[in-house]
Amino acid sequence: MKVAVCARESHINSPVDQRFGRCPYFVVVDVDSGDWEGLPNTGCHSGGGAGIQTAQLLVNAGVKAVLVDRIGPNAMEVLARAGIQVYEGISGTVSQSVEAYRQGHLKLLSQPNSPRHSRRGRS
Amino acid sequence: MLVAVASGKGGTGKTTLASSLALVAAEKGKVIFLDCDVEEPNGHIMLKPRWEKKEAVRVPVPEINQEKCTFCGRCAEICAFHALVVLPQEVLLFPTMCHGCGGCWHLCPAGAISPGWREIGLVEEGSSEGIGFVRGRLNVGEAISPPLIEAVKERCRPGELNILDAPPGTSCPVIRTVKGADFCLLVTEPTPFGLHDLELACEMVASLGVPCGVVVNRSDGDDRLIRQFCQQNNLPLLLQLPHDREVARGYARGIPAVKVRPEWKEYFAALLSFIEEGGCTGARTGGAQREGRHGQDYRLRESGRTGSR
Repeated sequence: MKVAVCARESHINSPVDQRFGRCPYFVVVDVDSGDWEGLPNTGCHSGGGAGIQTAQLLVNAGVKAVLVDRIGPNAMEVLARAGIQVYEGISGTVSQSVEAYRQGHLKLLSQPNSPRHSRRGRS
Repeated sequence: MLVAVASGKGGTGKTTLASSLALVAAEKGKVIFLDCDVEEPNGHIMLKPRWEKKEAVRVPVPEINQEKCTFCGRCAEICAFHALVVLPQEVLLFPTMCHGCGGCWHLCPAGAISPGWREIGLVEEGSSEGIGFVRGRLNVGEAISPPLIEAVKERCRPGELNILDAPPGTSCPVIRTVKGADFCLLVTEPTPFGLHDLELACEMVASLGVPCGVVVNRSDGDDRLIRQFCQQNNLPLLLQLPHDREVARGYARGIPAVKVRPEWKEYFAALLSFIEEGGCTGARTGGAQREGRHGQDYRLRESGRTGSR
């Protein structure tokens, strides 16, 4: 089963990133085999709707769960409809976060834990 | 003639200026006040119009025929605003992200998308003491105001003075308001914040090719910061409205400045003549010359200004 983790860099020992839509990379880990690969987040530079675009990326990548610190309402809605589970509470590195997930220390989210970003401005 | 009243910084006095300008203009001719700050309109608090009609404003939005859809993902891929997400067996639409560009219904290979309509707000029309009044009101939760601002501007009347009260800032809603205006009054305050945002607003107005002039509200009588900026950039400093406790008190009760201080009317009248007599071209080609001709008429604090030198 493939799990994606919000990361600052593209490897298993990267520090995690607090943001979902704007994290530069995901590290996609196969929790059964321990194999992993880096996935650049093409949504992170978008002018608006980064969370939506990032969620689409993970749907296309076929992940079953994503480990986050904070996630907003639009991204949460997409992931929920796609049946992708969202766990909150990551810290340290990607590998530490995956270990916490394996041991059941992360909390399954059913609601977004971060507010909608300001929409005033470029529109 | 279209005169936009804008400012980089919020709370500098756009509506204070625009409402008094409308009242003074109405004594001489036909004028219409258009509140383009559709996210937080407030011109009605000052001018208290009687409402006569209202109309819903709609924008195009994709309607997806889930039966025809092959879930190929093309629409989500081309949507520049990320309003569409394609899941294996479902297409999700985020209507408030959609700009109604039509890319998805033109490019869907299965012909599964057609344009529908979505209401984003209202345009309301009325009048107040001979002043025509139009305002837009964006529905709560909507993100995209320019189409509503456009609907407000469609109510401009050729041959009359149209005063466009802009939203604050320099982003899309402001640009949509100021674009196409014959003149833009930039309201500021004599503070570093006021100056900073005035600089941004001037750049915005210049890139739109709209001639502009500066009005200082809550003037300290000197306004050195703003004055220097105007001189360096060859911008006419058209009016310095004093910091006046009674005007502030009136504002808090919804009473326009010229009703609290009728003696200010002549300054607004001079400002209007400046704009109507071609302040537009004057400001564009060389504000200093215009200032010399009109300066004493519309400066409220001429003595304070020269006294400080």
